Amino acid sequence: MRVLALALILATIQTANAEPVVIGSKNFAESYILAEASAQLLESKGFEVDRRFGLNGTKIAYDALQNKAIDFYPEYTGTIAEVILEQPSLTELNDIRNALAERGLQLLDPLGFNNSYAIAASTESAERLSLRRISDLANAPPLRIAFPHEFLNRQDGWPGLQARYNFHLDVDGIEHAIAYEAINAGQVDIIAVYTSDGQIVQSDLVLLDDDLEFFPEYLAAFLTHDAIDPEIVQILASLSGRIDDAYIRELNLNVLDPDRSYADIANGFLHDEGLILATNQGPTLVDNLLKNTKRHLKLTAIALAFAIVTGVGIAATVYPHRRLADAFLYFTGLLQTVPSIALLALLIPLVGVGQTPAIIALFLYSLLPIARSTVTAMLAIPQSYRQVAAAMAMTRAQEMRYVLMPLAMPHVIAGIRTAAVICIGTATLAAFIGAGGLGDPIVTGLALNDTRLILQGALPAAGLAILTEILFGFIERSLVVPHMRSSARPT
Amino acid sequence: MVPIILTTSTTDRQMPEFATELTNVCLRRGSVNALDNVSLAIPVGQTTAVLGASGSGKSSLVQVIIGLLNADSGTVTTLGVKILPENQRELRRNIGYAIQDVALLPHMKIRENVTLPAVLGQWSRDRQDERLAELLALMHLPDSVLDRYPHQLSGGQQQRAGLCRALMLRPALLLLDEPFSGLDTMTRRSIHEQFLELQQKVPISTVLVTHDPEEAIRLSQFIVVMRSGGVQQFDRVQTVLDQPANDYVRDLMTGLSGAGP
Repeated sequence: MRVLALALILATIQTANAEPVVIGSKNFAESYILAEASAQLLESKGFEVDRRFGLNGTKIAYDALQNKAIDFYPEYTGTIAEVILEQPSLTELNDIRNALAERGLQLLDPLGFNNSYAIAASTESAERLSLRRISDLANAPPLRIAFPHEFLNRQDGWPGLQARYNFHLDVDGIEHAIAYEAINAGQVDIIAVYTSDGQIVQSDLVLLDDDLEFFPEYLAAFLTHDAIDPEIVQILASLSGRIDDAYIRELNLNVLDPDRSYADIANGFLHDEGLILATNQGPTLVDNLLKNTKRHLKLTAIALAFAIVTGVGIAATVYPHRRLADAFLYFTGLLQTVPSIALLALLIPLVGVGQTPAIIALFLYSLLPIARSTVTAMLAIPQSYRQVAAAMAMTRAQEMRYVLMPLAMPHVIAGIRTAAVICIGTATLAAFIGAGGLGDPIVTGLALNDTRLILQGALPAAGLAILTEILFGFIERSLVVPHMRSSARPT
Repeated sequence: MVPIILTTSTTDRQMPEFATELTNVCLRRGSVNALDNVSLAIPVGQTTAVLGASGSGKSSLVQVIIGLLNADSGTVTTLGVKILPENQRELRRNIGYAIQDVALLPHMKIRENVTLPAVLGQWSRDRQDERLAELLALMHLPDSVLDRYPHQLSGGQQQRAGLCRALMLRPALLLLDEPFSGLDTMTRRSIHEQFLELQQKVPISTVLVTHDPEEAIRLSQFIVVMRSGGVQQFDRVQTVLDQPANDYVRDLMTGLSGAGP
């Protein structure tokens, strides 16, 4: 019965989102800009668009596309060959397209730029040591080289590069974002970058020529499933070849300006290219806050409601059977140990992206505190109360109403309170799989390194958590007599 | 063991001959014989004390009488009704039950606790209030306790409230499982007096479980002495005192045996 209700609600959530064009993006600035540009372009042609931006990584974005939970997102040829098709040898666009077609996917015409790895030197050291090509590094005097950790470990990164160029160089690991600061401060001479990074322009770096053609191409293009409306494909085609390497760097550089949002930048680009006429009036801060908070509360409330019904229901049923109760608690405890992002990712192949997997994940995380507190509360009820209830000839329902429920109530409320706060915190991660909520500005802010955006999600989320505590204080006060409240009990 | 059955002449109501009657009742709890072939007939309108050390089976006896525990074998007939799993609810409405823990519900005020059986029995509010006033007077409880929670009462007041609850529905049988054991001497004495007063005004067939021979002698007309689930002696108080069935009973009644808790 409960399962049926759950399925029904999930089904309505699914179908409610089936209408508009659903656009995904990964969680870095460039992906946001490209996805947003396509979204605004489609909106200008009268399409309704649902933005599922900030998907946490290739796997989640690809799974979402395969499940048609999103209709398209910006991807790169190198990533497709390496990560999705797992055939790194595929370098020709046509070969990649053929392989994708077998999976029911199509890659639209590239947008024009190549976002590959590149080796960059500060202009000063490049001139001083006359570095122009990557092979020049072999004969240069000792250099301070720092590469991002991921680059150091990827086969298409340092290990492959080292082998191809036969380097014997000392390199250090560094965070990608900090690499620019280090080279600006003159602390290192050589770093690895993405060719489309805006900071290349900002820091005035020289990209060394990949003379042995080691780095594969990472041509950006929209990846869609082949059930997509051909009209959409046609509209997206108008973006093909519009953005070269220098152009994307400029767009990416603009994102670094804290006063410009990615929506703003995408709008400027479309406008400059003459693709749209109207200037986009983006939603205001308050609009966004309300929208995100509403979504956040919706995710939390639905998940919590199901968790209360299921957790209290199952716990109250199984607690007399110790083995069963232990098994149930063990299972819910096990769920708790699955990292949230992993759980969300695991749910995508089953239920797609968006709110459904988020609600299921939040539901699963809420189960343990609620179930555990219920079982504990039931077991803590002294036998004498039940004896007296039985001696009064109470029915099961009467015993529940007059004895068990009131006695268990303080613990159960405490459990639900814990679950609610966990839910509100965890729900911010739901944005990684396109469920929206207050995690949306956080995820975007993280991707764009924009503290103000992060705070737009983090502060209201913290506020919600505090409000929840206060709310549950009220709930406890209205349901539990003073001397039995959690604050009155020694713990 | 030969069952000793006593008849009394005080069967004045439309009541069965015995308040409760056990025939060859056996009950195992875990690896222990809690009741070992017990046969007893508890007289109507009198107080019968069940006396014994901890683990002698006296609490099990009371719980079998009210059907909270089901005998493995033998029959239990309470208030003329043979105890079966399906008829217990109706029967329990005619039985008052009070225990040492009292187990007043902590989330309810005393008024709600005492009237709960009447609420379950769907009595009218007036009828509840009337009975409540009667019981308070009987148990010497001031009205002021009604709006208090159990934890705000003294141990003696709690136990009195527990007795009020047990008596709420005017039961035909009162089962008291060591209700006075946890109280200090002074309080116990005053509750004893109220109990005797109550039994004088409206005699109720009562089974009183106790480990205190003095209490048994003071409050009851009959005594059942139990040991290891078996009945050692069942007779009028005076008879048990004058003619103990065996050394154990004699030592117990003179306070010499290790019958303490």
